[in-house]
Amino acid sequence: MTYAAKNLTTGGRELIAFRVGGQEFCVNIMSVREIRGWTPATAMPHAPGYMLGIINLRGAVLPIIDFSARLGMKPAEPTVRHVIIVAQVNGRSVGLLVDAVSDILTVSDADMQPTPDIASDFERSFARGVLAIEGRMICLVELDQVFPHEEREAA
Amino acid sequence: MDMNEIKEIFFQECEEQLAELESGLLKLNDGDRDPETVNAVFRAVHSIKGGAGAFGLDDLVSFAHVFETTLDCVRSNRLEPNQDVLKVMLKSADVLADLTNAARDGGSVDGARSRQLIKELEALANGELPQPAAEAPAKSAPAPAKAAPAAIPAPAVNEEGFQPVAFSFEDFETSEPPTIEPSTFEILFRPKSELYGKGNDATLLLRDLSRLGEMSIHCDMDELPALGSMNPEAAYFAWKISLKTDKGEEAIRSVFEFAEWDCELEVTLAGGNHAGAGDELPMQPVPFDLSLLDEAMPALAGAAEDDEQVAARQREARDEAVSAASIASNVLQMAQTARASAENARSAAPASAAQAAAQQAAASAATPTIRVDLDRVDRLINLVGELVINQAMLSQSVIENDTNGTSSINMGLEELQQLTREIQDSVMAIRAQPVKPVFQRMSRIVREIADMTGKSVRLVTEGENTEVDKTVIDKLAEPLTHMIRNAVDHGLETPEKRVAAGKNPEGTVRLTAKHRSGRIVIELADDGAGINREKVRQKAIDNDLIAADANLSDEEIDNLIFHAGFSTADKISDISGRGVGMDVVKRSIQALGGRINIQSKPGQGSVFTMSLPLTLAVLDGMVVTVASQTLVVPLTAIVETLQPEASAIHSFGASQRLISIRNSFCPLVDVGRILNFRATQANPVEGVALLVESEGGGQRALMVDAIQGQRQVVIKSLEANYTHVPGIAAATILGDGRVALILDVDAIVAASRGQSLPEMSLAAAG
Repeated sequence: MTYAAKNLTTGGRELIAFRVGGQEFCVNIMSVREIRGWTPATAMPHAPGYMLGIINLRGAVLPIIDFSARLGMKPAEPTVRHVIIVAQVNGRSVGLLVDAVSDILTVSDADMQPTPDIASDFERSFARGVLAIEGRMICLVELDQVFPHEEREAA
Repeated sequence: MDMNEIKEIFFQECEEQLAELESGLLKLNDGDRDPETVNAVFRAVHSIKGGAGAFGLDDLVSFAHVFETTLDCVRSNRLEPNQDVLKVMLKSADVLADLTNAARDGGSVDGARSRQLIKELEALANGELPQPAAEAPAKSAPAPAKAAPAAIPAPAVNEEGFQPVAFSFEDFETSEPPTIEPSTFEILFRPKSELYGKGNDATLLLRDLSRLGEMSIHCDMDELPALGSMNPEAAYFAWKISLKTDKGEEAIRSVFEFAEWDCELEVTLAGGNHAGAGDELPMQPVPFDLSLLDEAMPALAGAAEDDEQVAARQREARDEAVSAASIASNVLQMAQTARASAENARSAAPASAAQAAAQQAAASAATPTIRVDLDRVDRLINLVGELVINQAMLSQSVIENDTNGTSSINMGLEELQQLTREIQDSVMAIRAQPVKPVFQRMSRIVREIADMTGKSVRLVTEGENTEVDKTVIDKLAEPLTHMIRNAVDHGLETPEKRVAAGKNPEGTVRLTAKHRSGRIVIELADDGAGINREKVRQKAIDNDLIAADANLSDEEIDNLIFHAGFSTADKISDISGRGVGMDVVKRSIQALGGRINIQSKPGQGSVFTMSLPLTLAVLDGMVVTVASQTLVVPLTAIVETLQPEASAIHSFGASQRLISIRNSFCPLVDVGRILNFRATQANPVEGVALLVESEGGGQRALMVDAIQGQRQVVIKSLEANYTHVPGIAAATILGDGRVALILDVDAIVAASRGQSLPEMSLAAAG
């Protein structure tokens, strides 16, 4: 059964779950183009701290964001074990550096809980909701917020 | 395909026709009297007129018509294409281009100018038009002979029960030479198969012709072979027409104007000595009734009832486009039959015309071209860029892993390398275009400026077939226009001054293009007065560009004209002298990765030399290391590289440092610091200084840590997935697969200047 058909019959969606700094996050699989290993990035001048630089993705120039640093957590120290999730945001390709990709989840809208009422607007802005799966908490990430248009212009 | 698309194709073709027209006129201007050149010019105008008529572009049609009429006079040797005539014609070509552009973009044109030119063209067509009567007897002499073959009806025709149809009118008069008075023309109309192939119908043409006056017509069916050997797609009939009209030859030809290239057409005035022609006509003149002709056409089909297939195919053939090959063979066939008929005391002219047509068909078949969407070519170029990078990466990893240097992998790789290079060259060649269109546009600009300034100028172009990437060509037109304007307006003297200086009153501007070591070099030379260095210097002092006591070499003074806000014209004119001239030129040339310099000799003129890359897809760069990052500096920006010595570095204020190079001081710019790659300034003595020239002619020494080497790199856009970064022009991918940034030297220099520092003094920079 194709994804679209499954989606229609069950009302569910598929998400890619990944780990960053001991926490779990997920993004819609439809916005993910590919997952690849870490390669050293070329630093960009005048770029914000979470911008690791750019890499060569089969001839295209791909900016890499350190997801951990973007959320205000400890900046990653990339190793060969790190993974880059190549995502499509607003018609542009972006690479998200994460610790590891853990799972592909099929969830229905009923599984989705609204973001808990936490104090920080900053953290709230990245989350579209949370999922409770087998006792784990997985945060559904709003990719637009991770790499918003205004941010790119300013960068 | 909707109407707009068809229209767009028409305008594209117009551009080609206009280019053809202009180059033809310029050839004529240079003394070329080849009839084929005149024909090419005529065809160009004619095609534009034809297309414009189809789209109802009335302004264009009416102007093209007058232009065409005058050109026809040249074509028929009634008007000598001398300099004065060509001047009007070149102007007309300009107006025609304007009208075409206006029709496409919906803009307006200078109506007064086109009306004025229409008058001038008409004057040329009428004023110098010799009386056709003088030529008529000679021309019409072969006419009686032409009628002779018609005397023997072809047997095949009779077998089909087909009678030669002859028409005439009662008052058949043959001796009235003046064109305005009703006069009789003998018209031979022999359609070629292409005429039917393009959907034209001889019946309609003849009907139109009959509206001009009284007409008698005879169908010549000599060529019609036996039914068995008949080619259903060929044209066999010819018509001999006697027409009494007061409209003149022009009106007759205009009936055939859309069929002109697909038929043999002879229009001759029946002269006084031609009185006996009627006697030789074998048929009885009967009053002409057009309906008879219409009836005759179906009759032809009916007659062939015993072989309906052939008749049906013949009718179909008229609607079908005939393949190029059969056209060519038909034309050759035509040439043969024409030659055969020449033996029948016919004039040899149709034979040579047919041969010329055959040659032309062969020539156009020799260089087939296709129109390709530019995006497709660009995609191909991008892919080839990837291929080159990938191949380099592969080679590098093989070299790293392969201890035995002679393995078959290595040899295969070498071949691959050669192939990729060839592919890259061929793909680049697709985008490469001759600079000719730009050069041609310049000749128009020269004409206009020469008119405005009252100077007499000749533009000589050389190497206009030199090829360069299309993007370079597109961006070349603007700076070149500025420079040509400057050359004519400032460079050349007035004719009086030139005569006083012992020069030819006509100034020469020479525009040359040539390839030199992987770049295109364009030179613009004028034989004017050269740069007035005193005036330039004074102006620079007045504008606070240099100190009053600055000691500048001649070359430095010449280069001052590239400085922003500099104009030496005493009066601000329409043409140039707004002070945005040469610095804009320099900037746009630099934006193309090019350089420009000037050499001037007082009294002998100036030469501007531009050196540009052949393509914008790749760039020659110097690969350098800055704060352990690899960067690429465009080679065109680098003047020289040097290893600074501690004694040459001078601190200036709190943070500025200068380097002394041959006794002039040049600001040091730490690239690592500007790009924020490091917090503190590096020690200049440990690095390498790249002396760069930037916008405004200022020089800077860019400090980098080390030079890795020179390399050709493929330019990658940063903006596609990221954003513009100040100081960075683009990115590229190196052989190890990593991305390297290409420096934007101008932006780096501007950033080093900061807001606080005013424009630096040129004297120090020089």
